[in-house]
Amino acid sequence: MFKKILIANRGEIAVRVLRACHEMGIAAVVVYSHVDRAALHVRKADEAYPIGPAAASESYLNIPKILDVARRSHADAIHPGYGFLSENAKFAQACVDAGVKFIGPTAAAMNAMGSKTRARQAMEKAGVPFVPGTSRGLESFDEARQVAERIGYPVMLKAAAGGGGKGMRLVYAPDQLKSSLEAARSEAERSFGDSEVYIEKAIMNPRHIEMQVLADEHGSTVYLGERECSLQRRHQKVMEEAPSPIVDPDMRRRMGEVAVRVAQAAAYTNAGTVEFLVDQQRNFYFLEMNTRLQVEHPVTELITGLDLVHLQIRIAAGEKLPFTQDEVRIRGHAIECRIYAEDPDNNYFPSPGKITLLLAPSGPGIRRDSGMYEGWNVPIDYDPLLAKLIGYGTDRDQAISRLTRAFSEYFVGGIKTNISLFRRILRDADFRAAKLDTGFLDRMLKRTEDKAVDSKSADVAAIAAGMFAELGAAVPGVSNGSGRAHEATRPASNWKSASRREALQ
Amino acid sequence: MLYDVTIDGKNYRLDLNRAEGRWSCRLDGRELEVDAVLARPDVLSLRIGNMAFEVKSERVANDLHLWVGSTRFAVEVRDPRSLRGRTRTGDDRGPKKIVAPMPGKVVRLLVRDGDEVEQGAGVAVVEAMKMQNEIKSPKKGTVQKILVSEGAAVNAGDVLAIVE
Repeated sequence: MFKKILIANRGEIAVRVLRACHEMGIAAVVVYSHVDRAALHVRKADEAYPIGPAAASESYLNIPKILDVARRSHADAIHPGYGFLSENAKFAQACVDAGVKFIGPTAAAMNAMGSKTRARQAMEKAGVPFVPGTSRGLESFDEARQVAERIGYPVMLKAAAGGGGKGMRLVYAPDQLKSSLEAARSEAERSFGDSEVYIEKAIMNPRHIEMQVLADEHGSTVYLGERECSLQRRHQKVMEEAPSPIVDPDMRRRMGEVAVRVAQAAAYTNAGTVEFLVDQQRNFYFLEMNTRLQVEHPVTELITGLDLVHLQIRIAAGEKLPFTQDEVRIRGHAIECRIYAEDPDNNYFPSPGKITLLLAPSGPGIRRDSGMYEGWNVPIDYDPLLAKLIGYGTDRDQAISRLTRAFSEYFVGGIKTNISLFRRILRDADFRAAKLDTGFLDRMLKRTEDKAVDSKSADVAAIAAGMFAELGAAVPGVSNGSGRAHEATRPASNWKSASRREALQ
Repeated sequence: MLYDVTIDGKNYRLDLNRAEGRWSCRLDGRELEVDAVLARPDVLSLRIGNMAFEVKSERVANDLHLWVGSTRFAVEVRDPRSLRGRTRTGDDRGPKKIVAPMPGKVVRLLVRDGDEVEQGAGVAVVEAMKMQNEIKSPKKGTVQKILVSEGAAVNAGDVLAIVE
């Protein structure tokens, strides 16, 4: 087993991996950029090394700097977390060349999966079901027109190197095809430096369901059940759950077997995720493979009782999977909410800043993976994910009621977060009935919610405002300093002027 | 002590006094039995009769909000004997400060000193966490002064410009 692991990441995932290291008796080395000196992962680490300025390209994405820390700290392995260098095949290879173990798949497996078109070609050979379309980049507008005619409108144009909705265009009719193709190409070129675009039949209102796989370095590959990730805003996942409300044991087995075939076709090792689109008839189609630990891995951990980061580390250390497919059991239901520093009242604009108050929920069935703390200044430079709140219950209803309860306890002051969004989703009738698809959230947000004026709570707030002032908490206008000092020095004149003003009004 | 309190635009007159460890409270003339403990700075445990409430206080720049359960209220507290705060009542006359709602970097200025702006017109673009946000003018008027330059780092509450 490794003695020391370097965690090449920040935020909640760095803390998550650090905890696994400590649970396994492994020392944790972290790296941090200039603005992350006070970050939680640095506070909790055994060793911490500065790697440069805030810009990720000069710190968390800088391969030579990170490998230099690995060498100086004598780390025997590197965990990349998610994002940053986690799916960078060059980095995986550079680790091999530097003699430090990369906790993840090989560079070759990443390359096989990194391009959506290449993955598609490899998977077609393995008999994996696909959305009808091209598995190669489009050569010309004519080709796009012909394929679209054949598979039928609506069609989806997608960037081969894409992700996060960039370079994607939905085309309803032939006359929109040309301009959409040009727009998708230029966006792909701008976002990924690669203008390759392919075409697929558009699945309307699909569900996004993914299958967790785990493969050791001795030829065993297992699947650990699916995650429903249909709740997205602008193609970014917001809430995930496991199991999916629409997947029964037979569908799970069929999807799981396809996922295992996908992984084996790429000689995949370590943890990975195979994403599927599922149509309204519950047909599933391979979308892509994510060659990393996912943000939403905790829901799988809760329903399987397994620790995916422990297993990642054991696999990377050369151990065999300690269980077989038949021994994987799914029990209960888990739902994860991604807490972002963003303002729901201002179009979800990022809201960095100082956390002045943090009240964290706990209690039965609640897990919180967090990278923040009270007093910390959320930097402006990175992804706004602050924490993940995960609810677990014997069934979906109980998981929902526990999360609802936990969100009544959760309070983050000083910055804006999307916590209110989850309160709203959790009481939404369609959500509670598990009627989910990737358009759910955008539709929900278009409906304005009636905000009943709560006059009783307003009365409570009025009394509390006075109490805060009386009990010495800082309240502007009557802040202990100015207000009272004023009163002490010139009470009469103030009072008089105030009355005069009042009389004049 | 007497307070004028505004909660989401609605005015209250609150009279709070403590004698011999007991509070007396009148809210707009209504006599209420209350008791409060400051559990920690910014967290108040409040009893009104036998009903219990946890109220959180949040201040960002000059804005004060109180949270009763999961409901947020914009709050202004004024001591009626004090002049302070009286001038801050929100009408549209006079110069208005345009402040940065969050820390970030000014990537673009959309107006110059002396420009006429409509209410809701963009004044500056502030970038944070890789997203750009247009900061808008709260009123129609003339840009009296721009206080930041392109490329400047700003904190929440920093004044970007003044519109007269």
